[in-house]
Amino acid sequence: MKIKKRTIVLTFYFVLLLLPIYWMLNMSLRTNADILSTFSLYPKDITFANYVKIFTDASWYSGYINSIIYVSINTLISLFTALPAAYAFSRYRFIGDSQMFFWLLTNRMAPAAVFLLPFFQLYSTFGLIDTHIAVALAHCLFNVPLAVWILEGFMSGIPREIDETAYIDGYSFPGFFVMVFMPLIRSGVGVTAFFCFMFSWVELLFARTLTTTAAKPIAATMTRTVSATGLDWGLLSAAGILTIVPGALVIWFVRNHMAKGFAMGRV
Amino acid sequence: MNKWEDNKAWFLVLPVFVIVAFSAILPLMTVVNYSIQDIFGPGERVFVGLEWFEEVLADPRLHEALMRQFLFSGLVLLIEIPLGIGIALLMPKKGWGASLSLVLMALPLLIPWNVIGTIWIVFTRPDIGLFGSFINGIGIPFDHTASPIQAWITLILMEVWHWTPLVVLLAYAGLRAIPEAYFQAAKIDGASAWAVFKYIQLPKMRGVLTIALLLRFMDSFLIYAEPFVLTGGGPGNTTTFLSIYLVKIAVGQFDLGPAAAFSLIYFLIILLLSWLFYQVLQNAGKGDA
Repeated sequence: MKIKKRTIVLTFYFVLLLLPIYWMLNMSLRTNADILSTFSLYPKDITFANYVKIFTDASWYSGYINSIIYVSINTLISLFTALPAAYAFSRYRFIGDSQMFFWLLTNRMAPAAVFLLPFFQLYSTFGLIDTHIAVALAHCLFNVPLAVWILEGFMSGIPREIDETAYIDGYSFPGFFVMVFMPLIRSGVGVTAFFCFMFSWVELLFARTLTTTAAKPIAATMTRTVSATGLDWGLLSAAGILTIVPGALVIWFVRNHMAKGFAMGRV
Repeated sequence: MNKWEDNKAWFLVLPVFVIVAFSAILPLMTVVNYSIQDIFGPGERVFVGLEWFEEVLADPRLHEALMRQFLFSGLVLLIEIPLGIGIALLMPKKGWGASLSLVLMALPLLIPWNVIGTIWIVFTRPDIGLFGSFINGIGIPFDHTASPIQAWITLILMEVWHWTPLVVLLAYAGLRAIPEAYFQAAKIDGASAWAVFKYIQLPKMRGVLTIALLLRFMDSFLIYAEPFVLTGGGPGNTTTFLSIYLVKIAVGQFDLGPAAAFSLIYFLIILLLSWLFYQVLQNAGKGDA
């Protein structure tokens, strides 16, 4: 009985969660004229024209490729710099540690509107405008702090005795970190990778400011086309559905790391 | 937890510091520079001291936007955090159910923010949108472009729909990281589900919940794209939040000086409140765990 109530509540939540997405899917399979003229719970004349346009028009699909490139670079940089830093914050006391830890997070707190102009100037100075690496670096501003904070939370949950035992067993620091410690916090690494991917994927202001054509992100492509054609809901919905796919794949790959949790038997 | 005392740990933190400081420090200094000058054009600027700060702080429309922002963020946090923890507790722990739940949960988070607003415009339209026509169908005339209350309800719904999954995913991962031994011990002691939640799950989730709360606070306080697209700050000014008002000054009127001063005040408010949240949560943990 208890299990059943659980399932009902959860199913109800998922139905509400999926309704707007279902509506987007519904619209993506209809023509714009059909969407605007009739209310319909499901697409009566299914058309894939919107998807075909996205996959055959370079100005559309290059947006996806650009976004995937800079988001992947950003996720890798964020994870590899944040792992050692998070370990330091969770295990050591050093001069300025708590100030530094909180300072990192303050970089997520600035309202973007006014900061965009100096951002553009800074990246122009280094000749990085319209490159994937520029967007990847700019997104580090909010993703690296996030990665450090999430990973630190997970690492602090691991008792320090595990580190001590491993060192007594003769592990070096890198050996211990990769062989013993990483498996213990893999749910944290999975979550972190997903969040870095996600925040970089959906961010628009920095990505749009720092790019013109060669590295233009998909979210910017979507706004431009919308204003040019006077809101083509069908095309926009198809593009929206396709923006979900890469991230859904990422979470599919990290799901086991999130779900498996703690394997105490390893040490 | 007692930590090892070692300043060499700075070497582990250095890469993070360098990469963040690269993007953080110069733009912040530039904005501070704008905020104390009157800029007429390239090379033509006059030092005005704190004039912009005084002007911005005395602006009644800013006070209203700030009050709306507090109300919005407060409501959003009060709904999303408990709901997120609740859903995370209900989610299956393993098997295909767990995989499916995780993937579905992530979907709203993956849609670019401007698109979220656009999708909700259609979703809530009374003529061709599912939500709008449903509300109309049960006898309530629905039009969020005319009624401030309905605009607020729509925005809160959109925000809860969009961001509760973030709290769920963090809380879920936090729950999964609790060693099984704790639950076995609790079972042997005959602890109730509530006791398990209060004395094991909640304290062990403190780290991830701190992050969830801070993230939700910061991002909801900075919210721009979704309400801008959905309501454009209206009807009237009833959903003009701080960011929307800031962009009106910075881009609409191109008053870089006051906009910069506004940004810095905005930033300091978030900084102060985040710091308070952080301190409270840190100390709450010390008593419990």
